[in-house]
Amino acid sequence: MRPEEQGIDVAVLVSVGRHPITGRARRADQDARGLELALGLERQLPGSRVSLLHAGPCAEESEAALRGYLGMSAGTGLETLTLLEQAEGSDAIPALAEHLAAAPPQLVITGARAERGEGSGLLPYALAERLGWPLVNGLAAVEKIEKGVATLLQALPRGQRRRLKVRLPAIVSVDAAAPVARQSAFGPARRAGIEATPVPAEPDRELAAWQLAPARKRPKRLKIVKAASARERFKAAAAKAEGGGGQVLTDVTPEQGAEAILKLLKEEGVLPRG
Amino acid sequence: MLETLLPILIFSALALAAIGAMRRIRLWRQGRPAQVDLLRGLAAMPRRYLVDLHHVVARDKVMSNTHVATAGGFVAAAALMILVHGLGLANPILGGLLLAASATMFVGSCFVARRRRNPPARLSKGPWMRLPKSLMAFSLGTFLITLPTLGILPAGLSQVMGHWILALALAAVLVWGLGEMFFGMTWGGPMKHAFAGALHLAFHRRAERFGGGRSSGLKALNLDDPEAKLGVEKPADFTWNQLLGFDACVQCGRCEAVCPAFAAGQPLNPKKLIQDMVVGLAGGSDAHYAGSPYPGQPVGDHAGSPDGPIVLSPTGHEGKALVDAETLWSCTTCRACVEECPMMIEHVDAIVDMRRHLTLERGQTPNKGAEVLDNLIATDNPGGFDPGSRLHWAADLNLPLMADVQQAEVLLWLGDGAFDMRNQRTLRALIKILHAAEVEFAVLGTEERDSGDVARRLGDEATFQSLAKRNIATLAKYRFQRIVTCDPHSFHVLGNEYGELGGHYEVRHHSTFIAELYEAGRLAFAPWKGGGVTYHDPCYLGRYNGEFDAPRNVLKALGIEVKEMQRSGFRSRCCGGGGGAPITDIPGERRIPDMRMNDVKESGAELVAVGCPQCTAMLEGVVDATAEVRDIAELVADALVARPAASGDVRAPQPAAEEMTP
Repeated sequence: MRPEEQGIDVAVLVSVGRHPITGRARRADQDARGLELALGLERQLPGSRVSLLHAGPCAEESEAALRGYLGMSAGTGLETLTLLEQAEGSDAIPALAEHLAAAPPQLVITGARAERGEGSGLLPYALAERLGWPLVNGLAAVEKIEKGVATLLQALPRGQRRRLKVRLPAIVSVDAAAPVARQSAFGPARRAGIEATPVPAEPDRELAAWQLAPARKRPKRLKIVKAASARERFKAAAAKAEGGGGQVLTDVTPEQGAEAILKLLKEEGVLPRG
Repeated sequence: MLETLLPILIFSALALAAIGAMRRIRLWRQGRPAQVDLLRGLAAMPRRYLVDLHHVVARDKVMSNTHVATAGGFVAAAALMILVHGLGLANPILGGLLLAASATMFVGSCFVARRRRNPPARLSKGPWMRLPKSLMAFSLGTFLITLPTLGILPAGLSQVMGHWILALALAAVLVWGLGEMFFGMTWGGPMKHAFAGALHLAFHRRAERFGGGRSSGLKALNLDDPEAKLGVEKPADFTWNQLLGFDACVQCGRCEAVCPAFAAGQPLNPKKLIQDMVVGLAGGSDAHYAGSPYPGQPVGDHAGSPDGPIVLSPTGHEGKALVDAETLWSCTTCRACVEECPMMIEHVDAIVDMRRHLTLERGQTPNKGAEVLDNLIATDNPGGFDPGSRLHWAADLNLPLMADVQQAEVLLWLGDGAFDMRNQRTLRALIKILHAAEVEFAVLGTEERDSGDVARRLGDEATFQSLAKRNIATLAKYRFQRIVTCDPHSFHVLGNEYGELGGHYEVRHHSTFIAELYEAGRLAFAPWKGGGVTYHDPCYLGRYNGEFDAPRNVLKALGIEVKEMQRSGFRSRCCGGGGGAPITDIPGERRIPDMRMNDVKESGAELVAVGCPQCTAMLEGVVDATAEVRDIAELVADALVARPAASGDVRAPQPAAEEMTP
């Protein structure tokens, strides 16, 4: 058997989630989907090793939530979670990047966005930048991994899929398009180990300066339907939400692209006009 | 010649039986340890056998008389035979008794034979078909060999009896009888039920059930040891007395006849399940099972061993283990099988033990199970509703909150039906009744959580205990005399299952409480003007808690004459809503609630009174039903009239009494 087929090392970055209704700590939905994807890979490529990685404080509430991921390990090789112990409010990115660079896995899977804290969704990008690895977002499936190249299926809006070939190591992020996470079982969750390693905390000064408020639903642009007949109304309801005034820019310089984005932001009132 | 042969035969049969007994006991001892008072159990055993077991058997009069004659005759004949023929005490009194005993046994075995001529489907065939012949061989053989001993045969016949061919034939018949009755008893023949059954009754895990007691609450799982494996993965994970209980099964199939899942064509047959556990504890395949299979599954595909998994884990890919997970998840925990079992085997305990493993260790609760459990963990209710909205339905009712009043006569436990629009109607009706009777009550409001019933039946003991402990802590903050609830599941869990975790309460089902209020003269009803009414006993009120009368008394007080369904009272058929069955939703050929509504139709009633939110939901979900579904509280609330003036405060003139139905 060629070494490429002997399985790969997958690291799954997991966070402490937050239930949307009660706000209780839980396994984050997207991160759990990421772990599900990794466990699926473990079955697909025998010999693969899945490791769980979390950077954050070691508290009782967060531990219960992290054990939620370990509860998915029944019948798999997963046994422990590596906790890079940091004080609350520290920047997780340097710690994660350092840990991943020290013993690089072939694939890093993470959720697209955390359920608490900043939740900006920038972590995978920042990590990819630091490590210099390619990043694929919105992953739906890993089709195969051969000779250090992964064939991935990326989810696009409205159920579309795009097949991508990516050279490993790479970072992939998953959102609601990835397979639903399996049930978390109490027994394995309780037995599994959490290996805590204190890491130098780098306080996230910018975050400390922020003011946090509960998120509001983003306003949606109303679709004005001017339909005379039932058929037109049906077509309007079933049609894709058209961007309308959008434009596709191809083969432009970064400056031109930035110019176009700035112009749009000003038009939308995100940036002051002038 | 027989005189020398008989003691040899008897004592070698006894010796073989003893060896078999040791082997069988070793099989049972593979199980986990259990706290059982052995001596007290053994001392109580004859009473349990003769009284408690007989009560259950006596539901079928012919069979119970048959059993008394056969079993009583056998025990007496066997004991006397050892004395007379084994030890040679040819005393005429003993001999006479032996003749009488074996004759009684013979008569009994004739009835056994008669039942086996056209056996109902629920009875197992196979080796059980030869049992009446074996019983006859034993009783007839014993009778005949005793005649010459007593010398009551005419001289001529005595000589014939002494003839070696006849003696040999007699000896052969006797060997057959002894083989079945002594050897087969401990080596796994049909008579095993007598040996294992007697010990099972002695070492039963719910000794409270004997002597008219009731014990239906599930036993708590010890979660203290983090390294311990949770639930039952393999047959040896049952406690030894559970294994013994499985081995006691007589395969009479009464459980099969009452099982709603079996009737619905779901892959569960309680009898087969117990027999599969017996296969598991001895090791082997189910190919020798001679009763009805799990619906839709052929016999012979499954095999297991004491230390092999009962349900195949999905990583094992192909093949089959002892039972399929669907079998375990088909059970509605209605307890009809337990109620009906003449051996008092605890099927539901065993099923929940195995479910605990699937949920807590493997994370394999099927269908919506995982979602419901996640909701219970995150929001304290199975529907995933905002716990803060628990009292939204009662925004206009100004319900007194326990947090405000601190103490009340009655704590009204709303249950998760508070989130369900149908059940909110029942709750409103109940509150109207409480107001009418001027009951001082309060609710926990948003402090209330799910009782943990569904989590526990789905095998998630951890979530159950977490919910229970938090509920107990909440309840401990307030003073109240009793809890009243319209949900029999909460009623059962609060009343029977919180005790083990430190919560002891006096709990009333609303039907019981309404009956008490009526008897105390605190409620008055207008006469019933509707059509025929029948009453559906909820499993968790009836079989689990023995409350059959109060709802009927309430209906009677309303002026309703209940048209009983054929299966009512302790034999009531489940609505299909218990045990998380609607959540795990194992497909069958029919739906359980459809069958129940058919029972209602056969009773001729136009309305079925219920007393459980689950039953209401299940029965109302039946398409093209011939009867309406109403909770008892709704019927009572509709019939409420002002009480006849007791102290001069007449609120309304007595209406309705003179009204005529058009």
